[in-house]
Amino acid sequence: MKITVNGREMEVADGLSVDALLAHLAVKREFTAVAVNREITPKASYASVALREGDRVEIVRPMGGG
Amino acid sequence: MYDTNLVLGGKDFTSRLIVGTGKYPSNDIMRQAHEESGAEIVTVAVRRVSLPGKGDSILDFIDTKRFTLLPNTAGCYTADEAVRTAYLAREAGLGEMVKLEVIGDARTLFPDVQGLLEATKTLAREGFVVMPYTNDDPIIAKRLEDAGAACVMPLGAPIGSGLGIRNPYNIKIILETVSVPVIVDAGVGTASDAAIAMELGCDGVLMNTAIAGAQDPVAMARAMRLAVEAGRLARKAGRIGKKLYATASSPIEGLPDWTS
Repeated sequence: MKITVNGREMEVADGLSVDALLAHLAVKREFTAVAVNREITPKASYASVALREGDRVEIVRPMGGG
Repeated sequence: MYDTNLVLGGKDFTSRLIVGTGKYPSNDIMRQAHEESGAEIVTVAVRRVSLPGKGDSILDFIDTKRFTLLPNTAGCYTADEAVRTAYLAREAGLGEMVKLEVIGDARTLFPDVQGLLEATKTLAREGFVVMPYTNDDPIIAKRLEDAGAACVMPLGAPIGSGLGIRNPYNIKIILETVSVPVIVDAGVGTASDAAIAMELGCDGVLMNTAIAGAQDPVAMARAMRLAVEAGRLARKAGRIGKKLYATASSPIEGLPDWTS
């Protein structure tokens, strides 16, 4: 299925969990937050939330700023 | 000399200088500058991770046990975006404190105070320690305090401009208007600007570009630390009044007579 992660379209396995997506993309967990279709996904539900075709995922973490 | 702490959201800080993490020549220089600044709070932005996840992160250069991370909502132009960013930061584990920015215009980066007030109300209700970046407007400062802001952070001048405190009189009025801490955020160019903010009676100063953009950021970080401390001390010491004419420091009596 196709999903969009941080503005980039990508092909992933059907029903992929947020947890598996983070592992697939080699994203560090510490100080990271995820939102799916504008709704924040709590860390506790990363394993249980299955992504669906067309989902828009945002993965953020702290960067340099003032 | 005994001094009280800066208290934000029930947390005590001895340093009154808050510094940024953006625009340093390197992460290593940033780390050294943080050290020299004596700051206990450092601001961070919240942005999309680069994909696939790369090794180097700014957090590898910040001891998060020692520094309190203060996420900002920089780049947000609506209350809704700013509120969502604050929630993301909290979910990321960055704590309850948020440097709230709702920007009104890309050229000046002046705050949209209407959106700022709205976002402050929402986030304060949700238990955030809201630190709004605002205009040097005492009326808005008061409204932000009433909306539950933990402090108010009026700009000295536009972000990154280095123009210093353009309206010290308004900052003075803000200090008389609100009872929450007043932290000058943005506009500082050099050490004397930070000292002036503190001499006016401000509770702290927040800066990024003035340090990160200096030719020697590590030296400037130390200068800023000293300036904030000097300004604070001078404020507490109580300066002399300003007079138009001279007042002699040496006694007028007891001069030898050279006339005969």
